[in-house]
Amino acid sequence: MKFSLRIASFSAPIIALAISFGLSSLILLFIGKDPIETFQIMFEYGIKGKSIVSIINRSIPLYISAIAVAVGFKMGLFNIGVEGQYLVGSIVAAFVGSQFTIITPLHILFIILIAVACSAMWAAIAGYLKVKKGIHEVISTIMLNYIGTGLISYSLTNVFDEKGSEYELPRTPELPETGQMPALNNLFRLEDLQDLHGFLFVAIIVGIFYYWLVWKTTLGFDLRITGSNPVAAKFSGINPNKLIVVAMVTSGGFAGLVGLGPLLGYFHRFTIDFPTGLGFAGIAVALLGRNHPFGMGVGALLFAFLERSSQILDLNDVPKEIERMLQAFILLIVVVFYEVIRRFIVKQQVKDASKKVET
Amino acid sequence: MTQNIFRSIFRRYIVITPILLVLIVAQMEEYSQLTTSGTFGAAIRLAIPIMLAGLGGLYSEKTGVVNIGLEGMMIMGTWFGAWGGFTFGAWQGVFIGMLGGALFGLIHAIATVSFQVDHIVSGVAINILAAGVARFLNVIAFEDIAFASSTASPRITGDIGKLTVPYLAGGQINGEETSNLFGYIEELNIFLVSDFAGLVLGFLSNISHLTIFALAIVPLSVFVLWNTPIGLQMRSVGEYPTGSESLGVNVYLMKYIGVTISGALSGLAGAYLVIAGTGIYLEGQTGGRGFIGLASMLFGNYKPFGILMGSGLFGFADALQLRSPKAVHGLLVIIAIFLFVLALKTLFEKKYIPSLISLVLSSGFLIWFLNSESIPNQFVYFTPHITTLIVLSFSNQRIKLPEKIGVPYKKGELN
Repeated sequence: MKFSLRIASFSAPIIALAISFGLSSLILLFIGKDPIETFQIMFEYGIKGKSIVSIINRSIPLYISAIAVAVGFKMGLFNIGVEGQYLVGSIVAAFVGSQFTIITPLHILFIILIAVACSAMWAAIAGYLKVKKGIHEVISTIMLNYIGTGLISYSLTNVFDEKGSEYELPRTPELPETGQMPALNNLFRLEDLQDLHGFLFVAIIVGIFYYWLVWKTTLGFDLRITGSNPVAAKFSGINPNKLIVVAMVTSGGFAGLVGLGPLLGYFHRFTIDFPTGLGFAGIAVALLGRNHPFGMGVGALLFAFLERSSQILDLNDVPKEIERMLQAFILLIVVVFYEVIRRFIVKQQVKDASKKVET
Repeated sequence: MTQNIFRSIFRRYIVITPILLVLIVAQMEEYSQLTTSGTFGAAIRLAIPIMLAGLGGLYSEKTGVVNIGLEGMMIMGTWFGAWGGFTFGAWQGVFIGMLGGALFGLIHAIATVSFQVDHIVSGVAINILAAGVARFLNVIAFEDIAFASSTASPRITGDIGKLTVPYLAGGQINGEETSNLFGYIEELNIFLVSDFAGLVLGFLSNISHLTIFALAIVPLSVFVLWNTPIGLQMRSVGEYPTGSESLGVNVYLMKYIGVTISGALSGLAGAYLVIAGTGIYLEGQTGGRGFIGLASMLFGNYKPFGILMGSGLFGFADALQLRSPKAVHGLLVIIAIFLFVLALKTLFEKKYIPSLISLVLSSGFLIWFLNSESIPNQFVYFTPHITTLIVLSFSNQRIKLPEKIGVPYKKGELN
């Protein structure tokens, strides 16, 4: 690709950001707040040391969730059910992990494996329903989200509840010391700040693994070719049904890791306050980052930044919900501009090619 | 001849067996709630939003645009309906709710039609946008009003009005009670007849005016889509856009109309939840009903009356969980028998493994039924969602999708 076209393809998210901030500013003006001052307050609060640790912590599950979604997207499969998948995986892993003690690395590895296996199995149902029963994965995964939520709230009170605890709300027993992931503060000399989750390392490994899986393996090649040209893929001998199940299970496997950042690093148990909504946010981040491991990283950090920095707004009498609007605007506008730019680039390439043919 | 009838009945076992089983179980004293007029009335109230969303999906998909954003448009309907209902009154709320949904339909149309964004991507984005916008609007609109929070609106003002048909269902004429024919039959407790009277009574008594308005949209949609020139143009755009274009149909315009109507109907679905239902906006109140509407559209094979049937089924499942968790327990035995029938059917077809699985599941449900008094609340909560999955897994094979569904169309490009 020519350099100018490469620049063009990077312009989409920047344009989308600019327009989204513009729209949000108009809305702020409309409700009688000063947009420049508002964004300035957000920015100043967002770059404080404390905030930065919080932003990184928040971005870890967002990033992994985006990767889970992206694995499906790469082959044109829409796994909207990351939300249910990670919650199912997290609660089972939280409970099983709390039942025994072994040395830390093994313990954590075991918890990770449990979560990945449960989430992958939950996702496999949607793959099965699509292949065998022809139910579109968007509908089945959404329905499975609700079913999962119901099962979780049932099992939290009736099966996994901590026995003999005086705490009135249902929660799983606490993970023993060995099942808790140590924080990274000592490593980066951040003694006076809150815990930086050790799961950051896992997120980075997951990102590299995702890149390797999608761009360097046969499975990844099959995924990508099915996503970009299903007919060609079929004729090249790829079994689409098998691939759908494999992709769904892989996506669900990644989803299993989403809840573990908060679980191993902060909560140490599954409670009713356990973070929800990460699955849906992951869809947004995957779309924003164009399924690219680096792009999604930037997207996750951006969304985490907006989430964190908006916390200060309530103290300044601006509704912090403006941040949700801002995220949603960015998402919608960015998908439009990616398409516009993509068409523009295709047009340019056709033009260049025809010029070459003429000369 | 008789053989044909039996064959066609056997082919529809998937619809007929559960209905029969429900009827039989309903004869037992404990589970009589299954077929009372009260349950059917609730089923209708719960079916209408699903039906409206399904019809919304129909208008959009007939013009070739997949609309996963129904849920989001429905969320806009709930908020705008509540806001309009609180500020101006019930009917105004309905209208404003529709406008809110239509606005989001228009956004979906701009993204998918003018900018050719992938339909599902845009739909997902619409859902996320709607959730964010509704939360924000609720915070700024009801900031200083009592009984409102960031996730709930105050109660709407005014009432949409209800109708009970006189003579047949005991409605009033000039303030005087009249006879209640179907109510009387229902009381008699005759097998089938009384159950049917319960169903009719569900439609005739205490029915919100908004329900009548919504039900009228079903035949209207048949008329508009299949009997008017514009309906023909809309359908042709979904089947064969290039050909339609060559015949002078404005493809983009038709898609815009279809998707915007789709949004308006989803908005109505949301407004219905608020104005004929809870009376207030609650965050998350749509509960996936936009997607269930989409499922009812698939179940109804892209036909308005089919959608009505499908949503009725989902509404019934939903109503049982509200009316009587006890009755949902009765469903367990129905599922067990149904799975047993399925096991026999697959056994005759010599598919041994599916047969064995059905048999095991069937006994599992039977054991569960015999060893429990009621179903836990948390399971009751997802009855409609699991019903959706089960119904779709058994009915999905015969669907005729619009030819060019989900394919972005660009003027001048061959596709």
